[in-house]
Amino acid sequence: MKLTHGLALGSLTALIGVPAMAAELGLTIEIPRLNVAEYHRPYVALWIERADRTVAANLALWYDLKLKDAEGEKWLKDLRQWWRRSGRELDLPIDGLSGATRPPGSHRVSFGDDAGPVKDLAAGQYKLVVEAAREVGGRELLEIPFQWPPSAPAEGSAQGKSELGAVKLTLKP
Amino acid sequence: MQAARRSIRRGVRSLAAVAVCTTLATAAQAHNTWLMPSSTVLSSPQWVTVDAAVSNDLFYFNHVPLGLDNLVVEAPDGSRVEAANPHRGKLRSVFDLNLDRTGTWHIAIVNRGAFASYQLGGEQKRWRGPAAQLEKQIPAEATELQITESVSRVETFATVGKPSKISLQNEGLELVAETHPNDLFADEPASFRLAVDGKPAAGVEVTVVAGGTRYRDALAELNVSTDEDGRFSVNWPAPGLYWLEARVEDDKTTIPKAGKRRLAYTATFEVLPQ
Repeated sequence: MKLTHGLALGSLTALIGVPAMAAELGLTIEIPRLNVAEYHRPYVALWIERADRTVAANLALWYDLKLKDAEGEKWLKDLRQWWRRSGRELDLPIDGLSGATRPPGSHRVSFGDDAGPVKDLAAGQYKLVVEAAREVGGRELLEIPFQWPPSAPAEGSAQGKSELGAVKLTLKP
Repeated sequence: MQAARRSIRRGVRSLAAVAVCTTLATAAQAHNTWLMPSSTVLSSPQWVTVDAAVSNDLFYFNHVPLGLDNLVVEAPDGSRVEAANPHRGKLRSVFDLNLDRTGTWHIAIVNRGAFASYQLGGEQKRWRGPAAQLEKQIPAEATELQITESVSRVETFATVGKPSKISLQNEGLELVAETHPNDLFADEPASFRLAVDGKPAAGVEVTVVAGGTRYRDALAELNVSTDEDGRFSVNWPAPGLYWLEARVEDDKTTIPKAGKRRLAYTATFEVLPQ
């Protein structure tokens, strides 16, 4: 059954001459420049959530992962939804997930369906979640709903008010 | 009803003050007894500090310290650990705990004692203390002797990493956490059960009060009753620290000659914002 399906898709692609391209989920995340006396770069978690709020995939975690004695892990609980939904279940750091904190500015990350966290993402309705928490600062969480896999190029966005700026989601079939 | 309860509380509080001021620390009947941990949800092993007090306001130190003699701290693996730097001040006690392993730490003060009232030489006398001293402390010529056993549990929880199962002692009044006490969020109902000696405690009134009472006029108590399985649920209206209390009286005494048993359960929970 599966094989037939694959063959059918394959022959269809060959027939209309579209190159077999991997679907891609791209994100642009703006970290705002804040005029505060004591500034620390925010901790940021990116993940994909199912309708029941369980985590379908962890995309990225930016934190102080280089501090000695894993001191940076002490504040991961401040990403409190991420911590609750999956962080506390994980053994950190995780290759391909953990990364250093990022400075103010726009940051682009993308994930193809040929490898990495969205490789095994089942078809369905999801929410992209971005949570940011800053030491001696605030916390903000943004959500962008999306359908996977995309049947056509699609975009979604959310605008932060405090710890995050504009967050843009781009889906390519 | 409310007024009656208040005045009972006041009477009970002054008794507690007496008990706490002696070294007995059987603040069993005291109201607003609490433990307040500096953190309840932690993402890496670290120290926490815990305040222990008997107060009028939640959670401010304005009455007497809660004795630490019967403090029991259980590590996630069930082993007992000693508190560090215990200190008893005029208004509160405090101790530090090194939460050096992942899982849930169970912090409790369990006071067991006896309460006696009797007539001696035409005077009404009262006594409270450890059950073992009853024989020695109550004169043989005492009449109209009434003994009440008391078991009170004051507790809180802190979790490093993933929450783990909380074990029961199956003694006195205890909380069975169906929703983990370190996984509480505003506007999300939490489900618990109450048990007496490990068995479901039905029809028990549970009182829940949000902290910060000093800064509001109404106490805004939430009152719920346990169902036939001892189950009740709480929908936390806002994030913050909450104080939960329940009391049961029965005749399942373990002290000879005691007519009844008073059981009390008090816990402090931290409810996080969404």
